[in-house]
Amino acid sequence: MDFKSSDTVTGPLPEDHLPHTAETAVKIVIVGGFGVGKTTMVGSVSEIKPLTTEETMTQAGIGVDDNYGSDTKTATTVAMDFGRISITEQLVLYLFGTPGQERFWFLWNGLFEGALGAVVLLDTRRLEVSFDVIGRLEEKGVPFVVAVNDFPDAPRHPVEDLRQALDLAPEIPIVTCDARRRAASRDVLMTLLRFLHALATAKARA
Amino acid sequence: MTPPRRRRRYPEEQLPPPPPPPLPDSPPDSPEAAAPGNRKEVERLYILTGTGAGDGERAPIDLVTLIVARAEPPPSAAPEQSALLRICQAPLSVAEISAYLDLPFSVVTVLLTDLLAAELAQARAPLVKQARADRSLLEAVMHGLQKL
Repeated sequence: MDFKSSDTVTGPLPEDHLPHTAETAVKIVIVGGFGVGKTTMVGSVSEIKPLTTEETMTQAGIGVDDNYGSDTKTATTVAMDFGRISITEQLVLYLFGTPGQERFWFLWNGLFEGALGAVVLLDTRRLEVSFDVIGRLEEKGVPFVVAVNDFPDAPRHPVEDLRQALDLAPEIPIVTCDARRRAASRDVLMTLLRFLHALATAKARA
Repeated sequence: MTPPRRRRRYPEEQLPPPPPPPLPDSPPDSPEAAAPGNRKEVERLYILTGTGAGDGERAPIDLVTLIVARAEPPPSAAPEQSALLRICQAPLSVAEISAYLDLPFSVVTVLLTDLLAAELAQARAPLVKQARADRSLLEAVMHGLQKL
């Protein structure tokens, strides 16, 4: 593996340093099909320029269609863009999004484990690209809200039609946003947090 | 025109009475089927924190575990480890370390395992398991987001 020499590695800019008091970090995962605006949403609320982390998956039998049936191992690099929001001097929120290849996210150890929840970002022109990822979240029991990225030329469906097409449980919030706008993306995150809070409250009562 | 339709799925532990139909895109060796084989890989990611009460408790390295350097890199350190320690003068998440060093997440966890064992770096406790249920944490995040 190539590694830049230690001297050439550039760390965070001074203004991107977390305070020394930072001790806890939480994460939210932004999921959706290719090109629905996940990285845009991360970038619109992040306090740092979005960064990219990656993982190389080298597992046999991953089920990639074009390799299925061959006995070679598949090696796939999954890249995720992420951003950061300092909540308090102690608490930091990270937002992860990724350009496609959703089926591999679930092989990425720890991406969803411990996540507060997920935002499913939708493009109504291509609803079906999000079906699989929504199903995976349901199977893994990851709480999520649905945000429709409001592309100008995308068809607008009444929320209840969308809920039906996506077969979403009635309590799952569906909101519309313009992922390019910080306030809109922030409001999507707030919707998720309120939903998580309601779930936690219901659980505490149970 | 009828929009495409999706069928709801359920958490794997508690399947509904009529089992859901097999997924068209799940070959026999789907990720779920491969999961037991991943066990070793998962365990490899668990590391000694070096900050515990000496009870040998292990903490997982998460993408958002915050890492801080505790010492200058020794001359014997690998270049990657020296670079890691150098950029962690202030707390930095494992994801950020991976991004700045341009190394995959799993490679960073291996580098960190050594650095943490040698007490050259410290991992601050990640909130992993209980995060979902903790209302005060959720309220803190909401409060922070409102200020954006």
